[in-house]
Amino acid sequence: MDMIELLEPFQRMLDAIATPSEVRAVEEGGDAGPMWQEFAESGFMDALVAEEHGGAGLTLADIEPLLQAIGAQPVPLPVAETMVARALLANAGIDRPDGPILMVTGSALPVPCAAAASHALVDDGEQLHLSPMEALSPVTTGAYHSLSMRLTDTPSGEKLARPAGGLRAIAAVLRAALIAGAAERLTQMSTQFANERVQFGKPIGRQQAVQHMLAVMGEDMIACRIAAQLGLSKGLDVPMPVAAAAKITTSAAVPRIAATAHAVHGAIGISEEYDLQLLTRRLHEWRLADGSEGYWEALLGAARLASPDPTVDWVRTEIFA
Amino acid sequence: MFDTFAIASLPEADESLRSAVRDIIVRCAKGMPTDQRARSWQGFSAEFSRMLGAEGFLGLTLPEQYGGRDRGPFSRFVVVEELLCAGAPVAAHWMADRQSAPLILNYGTETQRQFYIPRICRGEALFCIGMSEPGAGSDLAGVRTRAERRDGGWLLNGQKIWTTHAVHSDYMIALVRTSGTSADRQGGLSQLIVDLKAPGVTVRPITDLTGDAHFSEVFFDNVELGEDALIGNEGEGWKQVTAELAFERSGPERIYSSVVLLDAWIRHVQSSRQIAARADVSPLVGRITAEFATLRAMSIACTARLAAGESPVLEASIVKDRGTSFEQLLPIVIGDDLAAHPDEAVSDELYRTLLYVTHIAPSFSLRGGTREILRGIIARGMGLR
Ligand SMILES: Cc1cc2nc3c(=O)[nH]c(=O)nc-3n(C[C@H](O)[C@H](O)[C@H](O)COP(=O)(O)OP(=O)(O)OC[C@H]3O[C@@H](n4cnc5c(N)ncnc54)[C@H](O)[C@@H]3O)c2cc1C
Repeated sequence: MDMIELLEPFQRMLDAIATPSEVRAVEEGGDAGPMWQEFAESGFMDALVAEEHGGAGLTLADIEPLLQAIGAQPVPLPVAETMVARALLANAGIDRPDGPILMVTGSALPVPCAAAASHALVDDGEQLHLSPMEALSPVTTGAYHSLSMRLTDTPSGEKLARPAGGLRAIAAVLRAALIAGAAERLTQMSTQFANERVQFGKPIGRQQAVQHMLAVMGEDMIACRIAAQLGLSKGLDVPMPVAAAAKITTSAAVPRIAATAHAVHGAIGISEEYDLQLLTRRLHEWRLADGSEGYWEALLGAARLASPDPTVDWVRTEIFA
Repeated sequence: MFDTFAIASLPEADESLRSAVRDIIVRCAKGMPTDQRARSWQGFSAEFSRMLGAEGFLGLTLPEQYGGRDRGPFSRFVVVEELLCAGAPVAAHWMADRQSAPLILNYGTETQRQFYIPRICRGEALFCIGMSEPGAGSDLAGVRTRAERRDGGWLLNGQKIWTTHAVHSDYMIALVRTSGTSADRQGGLSQLIVDLKAPGVTVRPITDLTGDAHFSEVFFDNVELGEDALIGNEGEGWKQVTAELAFERSGPERIYSSVVLLDAWIRHVQSSRQIAARADVSPLVGRITAEFATLRAMSIACTARLAAGESPVLEASIVKDRGTSFEQLLPIVIGDDLAAHPDEAVSDELYRTLLYVTHIAPSFSLRGGTREILRGIIARGMGLR
């Protein structure tokens, strides 16, 4: 299927159901049920499920534009996670629950969008569990308008085999795609704002200092997109070095991208009623989720140092092959 | 934004060039010390370039009818990547293969194509690029070197500076003023092929801070050139130069300037530190590796635009700016790591390599257009100017 053919109806749906005011309503504790219902009925949640299990049989690389669109909106539900979880469940021959499914790759840190999930696919290091959220005793963190929750209990429910790289690798790649989507939207918003906001008698975007900040933001945005595409290119069994490259590049770019977006917007970007913060707050949570750049750097570096190959050969075989 | 700038992969047929290039590199560059190999772009070996030409690794993007290989930009990516990662001495054919030949192909007359391109493909005609002048660096439209029409040719007067490998080259492609004054900016500029052996040409090498003399001043004192020295149309030099710069900036070379140092450092860490003691350096190695992989993917994405027949000025600027930042980061973090382990012996060869790359690194974001100029190009591409 052509990616653009997929993206258009998906984007139309997002524009209809995940408007900034709907996103705010969910973040303020409103019911995400109706929004979820639309996603569930759209058929998109089974995009990655094999055709013999009633899905569309698409690959992660195919749905990259959808994942970016989710990140750009930013949807207050674990939609990307659910799409992957449903494919893993279908492959394991397990019935797929109707609600949004979280992917849990560790219990020490809060998991984004947990407040809106009904189930979780939990990686305990040995296998995956499809657990109802209640069984995990989720606890809110108290961070303002955050849907992240800490999951304090052991999972119950059906068990299935872990993907080779564990759940964290694929979860990290999803975060990378969401970050890339938000990065693109933030770059657009900031560029447009710079062209409209007049100070000292001309648009601030005419100031070379502002242009250079935005040029670097544009570079980061492209790097995030291409790193995410690299991460998504290997299917659901993501090799560690591939996940690492995707998550390191995107997570490391997050502080710069968020900082530039805010710097360019000035005070209005800090205000609650302006949409910028919907994206920048989310961006920071994604950076921390499923391993920050530091986590993946340690893993990637250790693997790299274990090989006698020159860098370009190592990268070619472990990341690009 | 920049929607066509998306991940691409290298075709199998081009990947398969690697082993043959490696064989030549091993034959020619084996035993070269690391600090010599770290000079790759600056490493001049006409013999090596001729051998590459003979084995079919030059002119990869050029048509067979002019001695090229008709293979396209991906094959050049593969070959250049191999050469730079090995630190092979590429300077002799570098400019001609990358810029001059495509320029002559696109804008030259049929006679010029037949005369120059086959020799470039054999590694026999060496070119340098004469854009910069004392008063025209970033502001290239300010060139003052002037060619006056004379019966049956041109009379050239003026000066170029920072011309890489002018000393060893046969020809310069010079951006000169053929009408108007520098107040006319881009108007009135043309590109001429100057035979550097012509009477009136003086080349004076300039030594750099590492003791190398890779660039030069070039003086033109009433140099007489034939009618056929002009490339393309008179007055269209600016347009041609802009297209040429997309070639200059779009290759993988803007990522690999410090890669010989990187690999030497990794070998050092592997050989001198206990596995357990490597844990402290792993995150840094991981950070470098991830950025390397991302930049490589970006550069391949940029090459795909070239392969699609576009002139990816913007994409190339993005890769070059980010790539040179990476090249400049490496000597800083590697120096810090080595000196953060003051009781761990560092070989003189690695030390020389580190200092060489450290000292030359500022040039990475100058040559081929400065960081500030590139960011201006990117900002324009984003609709900010
Ligand atoms: C190793 C090396 C090899 C080279 N080889 C060649 C060659 O083969 N052929 C050739 O023609 N040239 C060559 N150059 C020259 C190179 O292209 C120039 O150095 C470059 O274009 C900058 O010009 P400049 O050095 O005169 O600096 P300037 O233009 O004087 O710039 C100095 C500083 O001011 C900044 N600046 C200038 N204008 C602006 C602006 N409008 N906005 C913001 N900042 C600005 C620059 O970014 C830079 O930081 C080479 C340079 C190096 C270092």
